Amino acid sequence: MENEELKTTITALLPSATFEEDGEWLNINIESKDWLPFAQQLRKGDSLFFDYLFCLTCIDWKTHLTMVYHLSSTKYRHNIVVKSKLDSSNPEIETVSNIWRTADFHEREVYEMFGVNFLNHPDLRLLILPDGWEGKKPMLKDFEDPINMIKL
Amino acid sequence: MWNFSNIADSIHKWLNLTFSPTLATIIEMVIVGVCVIGLFAVLGLVLVIMERKVSAWMQIRLGPNRVGPKGMFQSLADTVKLLVKEGMTPTGADKFLFNLAPYIALIVAMLLMAPLAFAKDFQMWDLNIGVLYIAAISSVSVISILMAGWSSNNKYSLMGAMRSGAQIVSYELSAGFSVLSVVVLAGSLNLNTIIQSQADGWWIFKGHIPVFISFIIFIIAVTAETNRAPFDLAEAESELTAGFHTEYSGMKFALFFLAEYVNVFIVCAIGATLFLGGWMPFHIGHWEGFNHIMDYIPSSIWFFGKTFFLIFLIMWFRWTFPRLRIDQLLNLEWKYLLPISLFNILLVTAMAILGWYF
Amino acid sequence: MVEEIGTTEEGDLIINVGPQHPATHGVLHLVITLNGETIKKVEPHLGYIHRSIEKMCESLTYRQFIYVTSRMDYLSAHINNHACALCVEKGLQVEIPPRAQVIRVLMDELTRIASHELWWGAMAMDLGAFTPFFHAFRERETINDIMEETCGARLTMNYMVPGGVMADLHPNFQKKVKEFITLYKLKIKEYDELVTGNIIFQNRMKGVGYLSAEDAISYGCTGPTARGSGVSCDIRKLYPYEVYDKLEFDEVLETEGDSFARYMVRLGEMNQSIKIIEQLIDNIPEGDFQAKTKVVLKLPKGEFYSRVETARGELGVYIVSEGGSTPYRIKFRSPGFSNLSALDHMARGHLLGDLVAMMGTLDLVIPDIDR
Repeated sequence: MENEELKTTITALLPSATFEEDGEWLNINIESKDWLPFAQQLRKGDSLFFDYLFCLTCIDWKTHLTMVYHLSSTKYRHNIVVKSKLDSSNPEIETVSNIWRTADFHEREVYEMFGVNFLNHPDLRLLILPDGWEGKKPMLKDFEDPINMIKL
Repeated sequence: MWNFSNIADSIHKWLNLTFSPTLATIIEMVIVGVCVIGLFAVLGLVLVIMERKVSAWMQIRLGPNRVGPKGMFQSLADTVKLLVKEGMTPTGADKFLFNLAPYIALIVAMLLMAPLAFAKDFQMWDLNIGVLYIAAISSVSVISILMAGWSSNNKYSLMGAMRSGAQIVSYELSAGFSVLSVVVLAGSLNLNTIIQSQADGWWIFKGHIPVFISFIIFIIAVTAETNRAPFDLAEAESELTAGFHTEYSGMKFALFFLAEYVNVFIVCAIGATLFLGGWMPFHIGHWEGFNHIMDYIPSSIWFFGKTFFLIFLIMWFRWTFPRLRIDQLLNLEWKYLLPISLFNILLVTAMAILGWYF
Repeated sequence: MVEEIGTTEEGDLIINVGPQHPATHGVLHLVITLNGETIKKVEPHLGYIHRSIEKMCESLTYRQFIYVTSRMDYLSAHINNHACALCVEKGLQVEIPPRAQVIRVLMDELTRIASHELWWGAMAMDLGAFTPFFHAFRERETINDIMEETCGARLTMNYMVPGGVMADLHPNFQKKVKEFITLYKLKIKEYDELVTGNIIFQNRMKGVGYLSAEDAISYGCTGPTARGSGVSCDIRKLYPYEVYDKLEFDEVLETEGDSFARYMVRLGEMNQSIKIIEQLIDNIPEGDFQAKTKVVLKLPKGEFYSRVETARGELGVYIVSEGGSTPYRIKFRSPGFSNLSALDHMARGHLLGDLVAMMGTLDLVIPDIDR
């Protein structure tokens, strides 16, 4: 589907969604509370069929966090980017690891690096960082660690 | 012509002339003991360097080439290294069993040497049930592996030992049956009689296809019994790091290593004795002239030549084949090799009764 | 800590495979729950060589950060660099000279062959055969020599720069590559004789580690791992970059979804790479090898994403720019990370010996997973 068609379909699904088209793909901004039902519709919808979550990450904008989901359909070969603003003091969003299982590892990575709490995640533990790292979020912009220096 | 029997005889005569018969026997035993230990060390060194050279040759590389001419003293240097290394015992290990296991492995290998005929009339112990003795003693080797795996207090070791136990016990059946086929044909459990029965041709040629099948099964089964690739599941370094000897270091590890190589030598020697005539030169029926020429080659060279050929074969397997999985390994034994062996022994027995061999 | 516990409550054995283990080819740590020899659960613990490349890149300029990415998937360093260069070029909107495009594709494909050759040897070694490893390295050395002449390095080449490649090809390049193609065609038969046709190999790999097409997509598997399950996911075909749309090559697909299918896909890919190189080696256009770019690169405010096909699958580079000379946020979507997440699903119910076969055919490169 082309971007215009995607826009109409998605607006029908989620009227509160806003769009940006300056990037390579269609960017959809949504509220974090809408994410889980919206994700299910993106995955299941016959004309959408976004079955491949090829990138899941988070950006720290100092004032807030943004979750970024890159979705693709292996059937129709269209791509979208879904973004959701999170409150930086208490970042939480519903997990999508039961919809796209690759989200399991990616969400764990975001959890430990940015401190985003994924609600209902089956196994939200540290994946990359060693035990005892809880509380420190290395990928946040204000993170400083004089011992394990990661800024060049 | 020089051969071992003359040397042995002259020593025997000289000792009996010089000392009382009891003392002479004791001295002879000591000499034999020293010889076995010496042979052990030499075999270990030779086989290790041989393995490394064979693998290097198969893997298009040079192999050891620094210590001594063409790297021939590499294994000597390795031995020195292993001797001076600290032999560690893990904290949680059962210390007594942990330290005992490598010696049992070694003792079993040493005991197996006794009935082997290294050359014409050159044998430590001409036992009338030689084949039975070998079959019995070689089963003990699994105890050392189980002991090592259990006492190490390491899960990899334990799994390696359990695999090894299942494997050795299973493959002993096939090995036993294939050995039995020659025993049936030769009509004796005495290794010397078996060798003498091959004076007009080795069993592998005389026994038609059934003995050939036995030979192949024997080679497969002994490769498995000595825990060599493709049946090295007890070690399986990509799965169990080093299997039953994960926790061993220094000389204790070296003893396992040595026992493995000596076991390879022994099973190949048994294979050579049973199927390829041992020290018996290559004889064809009643071609007296040909047989006579063959007799000019000393019997010890025949024995070691055949043995090392089989060792080379086993090394060839190791550097060619990937490892089997444990269920495939047991399937191979219980579903294929054992039924074939059973049927084969029936054929051989019929052949022996009807005299359908040369 | 799992290391303290020997068994679970049900009496299953817990063993740690790694972080130092011969089968993991690096410092991957798998905690395996075993019932006898049967795997009940595989739980990866990552991060032993996590260098936080993403964070590092935030303080590096657009010219500098590319070099760090060579250290991610070191076996396809060229392709990592390529992905980053492509992403920066997308932001800068530079047109890359045709010569540079062809050189990049040639280097990518040579890297792919080198990577798959190492995989082939290492996988055979996992299954217990040592000899293929050395045979694979024999051919890989030739590629490394070619790389060394042109790029000056053998493993982490850092040859791609935004706008093209760093230096022109070495005069010997074409000759050496043609020699390599001849050698490769001669030796590839040995690979089949030694490994592919071997009954033990086939028994170890067939039916082991089954991954259905739906699962492969759901787990985000890409590259040969997904193509072994019949998922068409070759970025070179689907979203062509550089000159891939003008080349003739097939996307190798197998439908069985087991380890052997993944094995066959990789072998097929090596042949396809040779086919690509053959098409290009005599048709390298003349001209510049680098587009003119400013000394200090500044990407406009916005987000840029580039996708390339590495030897292990889809590598995505996601740059968020605030308009400065360094990226505000950078994310590497590495293929190994997603492929590894499918390991637990694949391994359950199989034997311990199968795990190494699966890990072998997933072609895990740990720095790529940890980043």
